[in-house]
Amino acid sequence: MTLKRQDVEKIAHLARLSISDTEMPAYVSSLSRIVEFVDALSRAPTEGVEPMAHPLDGQRQRLRPDAVTEADHHDKYQRNAPSVQAGLYLVPRVIE
Amino acid sequence: MLHTLSIGELAAKLAGREISSVEITRHFLARIERLNGRLNAVITLTAEQALAAAAQADRRLAAGERGKLLGIPLIHKDIFCTDGVRTSCGSRMLDNFVAPYDATVVERLKAAGAVMLGKANMDEFAMGSSNETSYYGPVKNPWDETKVPGGSSGGSAAAVAARLAPFSTGTDTGGSIRQPAALTGVTGIKPTYGRVSRYGMIAFASSLDQAGVFAVSAADAAAALEAMSGFDPRDSTSVDTPVPDYSAGLDAPLKGLKIGLLREFFEGLEARNQALIEAALAVYTGLGAETVEVSLPHLPLSVPTYYVVAPAECSSNLSRFDGVRFGYRCDSPRDLTDLYERSRGEGFGAEVKRRIMTGTYVLSAGYFDAYYLKAQKVRRLITDDFKAAFARADLVLCPTTPTPAFGIGAKVDDPVTMYLNDIYTIGANLAGLPAMSLPCGFIDGLPMGLQLIGPHFAEQRLLNAAHQYQQATDWHRHGPHGFV
Repeated sequence: MTLKRQDVEKIAHLARLSISDTEMPAYVSSLSRIVEFVDALSRAPTEGVEPMAHPLDGQRQRLRPDAVTEADHHDKYQRNAPSVQAGLYLVPRVIE
Repeated sequence: MLHTLSIGELAAKLAGREISSVEITRHFLARIERLNGRLNAVITLTAEQALAAAAQADRRLAAGERGKLLGIPLIHKDIFCTDGVRTSCGSRMLDNFVAPYDATVVERLKAAGAVMLGKANMDEFAMGSSNETSYYGPVKNPWDETKVPGGSSGGSAAAVAARLAPFSTGTDTGGSIRQPAALTGVTGIKPTYGRVSRYGMIAFASSLDQAGVFAVSAADAAAALEAMSGFDPRDSTSVDTPVPDYSAGLDAPLKGLKIGLLREFFEGLEARNQALIEAALAVYTGLGAETVEVSLPHLPLSVPTYYVVAPAECSSNLSRFDGVRFGYRCDSPRDLTDLYERSRGEGFGAEVKRRIMTGTYVLSAGYFDAYYLKAQKVRRLITDDFKAAFARADLVLCPTTPTPAFGIGAKVDDPVTMYLNDIYTIGANLAGLPAMSLPCGFIDGLPMGLQLIGPHFAEQRLLNAAHQYQQATDWHRHGPHGFV
């Protein structure tokens, strides 16, 4: 299946990726190649096969007690943030 | 020549107080300073911290403590978070990211007394098979600096091949330890999914990612893997089973070991590659192993399966990079959507964006069943094939790669050609199996790898079989000219 430019623009927006006009044709052709390549799967008979999400049989999600185990490190963590003020992360104005 | 000694030999010298960890560390730091410019394998050097850690190891040794890795230097792939040290994952997105905590792998190796020299270059977010997608530029193969070292753990592999460190860490989602190990002539092991904690290891595809090691020999890899492995409550997929003493199992005889030969892997195999595999097989039969033919009929579908499952998981995992809490942020965003789209568009490289978009597509409404669910079903068929194979064989032997290292730039224009490099390695990730690559000869002067794949938690059997092969051959002792 070949993707059109509009398909790739829609995917890029869903993924929140800005793709420039000059980059776009290369993505349209390479993503089309990849989709054609993975289309080989459609020919495999899989009726009644249980989808496999995890490589180990019988692996269960463990539960833990709902107890505080970590100290507050937010000062340290926020040193990596592009913009903070008074312990809050700053983003462009969302509500006018 | 300290860099030609094995981990065991270095540990013996440290234990005998013939040499200090500070001296060993200085030796390797000097090698990195002198040789890394040619390879671009190390992107962050932590000389000061390394010398402090070495001095600490020397104090522990002086107090009578002994350990297989106590005072031994290593290089970490830059995908592992290292407290207070930049952790870039090979991406512009994390170029300014200083990890606020240690990954469990880093913490365990620190506790064992291993000394971090620096962080290794890698394909951006571990997406690549040639180390050409790194924001910091390609890594060069020490055997031929016009060739790629493989990827995504290309810096880790090249560093060990050039003896810039006795061992290094890596991660393997579709072959990212085994393929570069093969192309640079070193030994690399990816353990069973769940064996090594993924905590603090930057996520690419969570149902496939697993950490492992590069070393010159299986014996050295055994010592390193043992220290890294084990249950970690901070990783919900970590498996709570005891870690065997991998080093203690290396000398077991191979008499009666059943080696499975995969017919599918030999179809279309280049004659010189086939000759290397057959020579390796002759070594094994000489050691008393038997061969049985096994079949993995769904294996030809492993690459398309992987290129649905891995991008799907990556598109989800990489949604955390939003330009708000950490990582790259674009200049003067107009609004929140513009902030997200331009921060991600400018912060991620071309291959990462391609994988995120592939994943977004296969998970999107109308395509989920046809691609993602279908791939998960085929993944089960491939896994069942391996189960049937291991009912007959103790391990499976096959090539690691179809060809030796290719030229830098040779495959960058066509992603599908690049993806097909992983044809022999991806199956083990889909099924969560332990697998390793070890040097088995040369084609056109470039190293080639032999791959051993085992059933779940058979790391000890793999390391034993690899060590016995390395006792009978000397391929792993060859090093690149000008570096060894």
